[in-house]
Amino acid sequence: MARAVTPRRKALNTVAAWSVALIIFFPVLWMILTSFKTEPSAVAMPPQLFSADWTLENYSEVWARSDYPRFFWNSVVISVGSTLLGLAIAIPAAWSMAFVPGKRTKDLLMWMLSTKMMPAVAVLIPMYLIFQRTGLFDTKTGLVLALMLMNLPIIVWMLYTYFKEIPGEILEASRMDGASLWKEIVYVLTPMAVPGIASTMLLNVILAWNEAFWTITLTTTKAAPLSAFIASFSSPQGLFYGKLSAASTMAIAPILILGWFSQKQLVRGLTFGAVK
Amino acid sequence: MGQITLKQVRKSFGDVHVIPGVDLDINDGEFVVFVGPSGCGKSTLLRLIAGLEDTTSGKIHIDGKDATDLPPAKRGLAMVFQSYALYPHMTVRKNIAFPLKMAGMNPAEIDKKVEYAARVLNLANYLDRRPGQLSGGQRQRVAIGRAIVRSPSAFLFDEPLSNLDAALRVGMRQEITELHQNLKTTMIYVTHDQVEAMTMADKIVVLNAGNIEQVGSPLELYRRPRNLFVAGFIGSPKMNLIEGAEAAKLGAKTIGIRPEHIEVGSGPWSGTVALSEHLGSDTFLKVDAGELGIMTVRGSGEVNVHTGDRIQFAPQADKVHRFDANGLRLD
Amino acid sequence: MSTQSTRLASRIMVAPSVIVLFIWMIVPLAMTLYFSFRIYRLLSPDRTGWVGFANYTWFFKSPEFWLAISNTLALVLGVLIITVVLGTLIALLIDQPVKGQGVLRILVIAPFFVMPPVAAMIWDNLFMHPQNGLLGAVSRAFGAEPILYMEQYPMASIITIVAWEWLPFATLILLTAMQSLSSEQLEAAEMDGASALNRFRYIIFPHLTRAITVVILIETIFLLGIFGEIFTATQGGPGSASTTLPYMIFKQAIVAKDIGRAAAGGIIAVILANIVAFFLMRSIGKNLDA
Repeated sequence: MARAVTPRRKALNTVAAWSVALIIFFPVLWMILTSFKTEPSAVAMPPQLFSADWTLENYSEVWARSDYPRFFWNSVVISVGSTLLGLAIAIPAAWSMAFVPGKRTKDLLMWMLSTKMMPAVAVLIPMYLIFQRTGLFDTKTGLVLALMLMNLPIIVWMLYTYFKEIPGEILEASRMDGASLWKEIVYVLTPMAVPGIASTMLLNVILAWNEAFWTITLTTTKAAPLSAFIASFSSPQGLFYGKLSAASTMAIAPILILGWFSQKQLVRGLTFGAVK
Repeated sequence: MGQITLKQVRKSFGDVHVIPGVDLDINDGEFVVFVGPSGCGKSTLLRLIAGLEDTTSGKIHIDGKDATDLPPAKRGLAMVFQSYALYPHMTVRKNIAFPLKMAGMNPAEIDKKVEYAARVLNLANYLDRRPGQLSGGQRQRVAIGRAIVRSPSAFLFDEPLSNLDAALRVGMRQEITELHQNLKTTMIYVTHDQVEAMTMADKIVVLNAGNIEQVGSPLELYRRPRNLFVAGFIGSPKMNLIEGAEAAKLGAKTIGIRPEHIEVGSGPWSGTVALSEHLGSDTFLKVDAGELGIMTVRGSGEVNVHTGDRIQFAPQADKVHRFDANGLRLD
Repeated sequence: MSTQSTRLASRIMVAPSVIVLFIWMIVPLAMTLYFSFRIYRLLSPDRTGWVGFANYTWFFKSPEFWLAISNTLALVLGVLIITVVLGTLIALLIDQPVKGQGVLRILVIAPFFVMPPVAAMIWDNLFMHPQNGLLGAVSRAFGAEPILYMEQYPMASIITIVAWEWLPFATLILLTAMQSLSSEQLEAAEMDGASALNRFRYIIFPHLTRAITVVILIETIFLLGIFGEIFTATQGGPGSASTTLPYMIFKQAIVAKDIGRAAAGGIIAVILANIVAFFLMRSIGKNLDA
């Protein structure tokens, strides 16, 4: 809304908005600050916002004591892999729903979303058994599959809303121009939907990165991503705030940075294309 | 070649019969315009010919071969869409080259054809731009370029000028007509604008509720509308239609007289001028003629009549159209 | 509007998604259903057999079950109300012309990137811990005893944590919706003499309905399964004070190692989730048609 306001009003707004934003951000900030404190000053009373004895010791200790690169790499493979696989399956489905809608398209979409409402815990034991039996337990392949299926409804829905914005005449034009269905999707639809696909990818990488149920229950060591890394850290480390904060910061830093850099696409993705 | 024949073509969406059954012959090289009010099925008929929709029953022959079940790409037709349907992520060059690339033509030949099309359509300076950077008229030309490089057996146009402003529309209309004269390829053109139909067509197909009301050359339709619908649809301003005693005198249920076929000054009819529009070249009068109803009268040049005046007027006797109770022409 | 061949192609293309999702849903569900009628205890693996509805009746007779249901509802409704109300207010605030809007937005969306175990860790240890937590220090600064958040107000604490995680999502969606409102509409309302409050009530709020619908739909989907935060912060305690239905099932499966009962609980949860889903989809599905 481009409405003229007085400078005084703008200053007031700025102060208010920044206060609220800092309150929301403060827990993350406090965690990051704590990760640079020595253990005694991390629990010092009264608390110190900036401690005098800055240290990187927490990080070096966490790094030395656990195999962070492996957890990190597992997280990358699982979140990116599940997202790409999901896109490969979802793009044709979303094409169908958006450009050849039938009477039951809406129901189908809603059914897909409703599969996400099933509490994961409810099927934990069967999933555990299935994963053990099929050799998928504690493998990256297994988690890629699981997280792909978990996020597939969201991916389909987001792509569907983006595709619907593309005029069907353009796809018909490509059909008149002699493009097969496959070429129509590869040469015309996908390039036109790049911004939407990018947003969808980003959001789903984040959702997969932050998933902390299947990633913890269906892994032990080999395929465990950062969510398992942090869960394992909190129990034996007990109240070593500095190290716990350092480990936590290391777990969320990659995705936090990715999210901040791609803010624009992400905001678009976050709204699921459903709000304009 | 570009000869298209429709035999008893029908199209239904569920219980809605959009095209109840159409027979039509389109000869090679003809410029055929489908015209009718919105929702009359003209676009559906075009999409059936294009292969973008299935016929419910009936046959479509293209150059003597049954094309009813062929996919759009195999019919050898090219289409220009209302929204132009350009590929926004490709340059003009790539847009025009796309159908050739899909056909697997070698790059050198593609380049030659694209350059040729660009020259013909005055697009040579814009080949590396994207559609988003072009004006409406230029986009329209790119869409036409994409169609002509394929050397199709017929062009299909779906209301291609409706997104352009009035001045541009006149220009593009002439360009398309010239294109037809140069290429001599069959063109099927859909519009709701009867001026476009009259100015461009060799043959006009007037559609109403999925039925063909009349097929003929523009002047045939103008001179001898087969029924009331065509009489009312073709011609601008619209033909005056009169019922009652005046019509009965001529042995008809309804009589029609075009505004330009009424002489002002003297005559059997009289009325009060409710509105007068003086354009210089023409004068349009809206006359409240009592029992006859509101009549539109077109006077050539400047006519010295103003709102509120009472005038006498008469139809040119040989230009009166007579219709029976079913709305069909009486001769 | 399309041809038969495109309709056929469309079925073929939608099939993989439908098939994999159907398998993903039906196989574990069928197994859970099977286990729910059997004795299946990891601690006494020799005892097997059918038990009819015994696993189900155990749930319905357990007082913990009803507490878990009400805790689950409290969690979902609590978080929804907090995020929608605060989200609207924050969105209204950020929507005003302010300095550094870009950075502001980065700060506000940060919690969305924090994975549940980390979020629980931050709040449980760094903030709500009675000895070392920041909030305890604040209480002491005012001369009060530190509040034992996780012991005295476990559900409220969990709701706070989850609401903090989901607040950015609600704010962003509502903000995007607000920015799509044409300023001409608001100016027209101002010319018509509408006060700021009335402008919100009659122009902005109706415009936000669709966005709020999306927030409710998406959040509910995720909130019904909330697990990690409870696991890390309270372990469902003290006693069962912060046990939700998913957590109760988890306790049966992992702590009591009674797979039969856990499965029965799973089936109950699935049925309840489907009831919620049904009503949500019915009321919201309409709203989403555009």
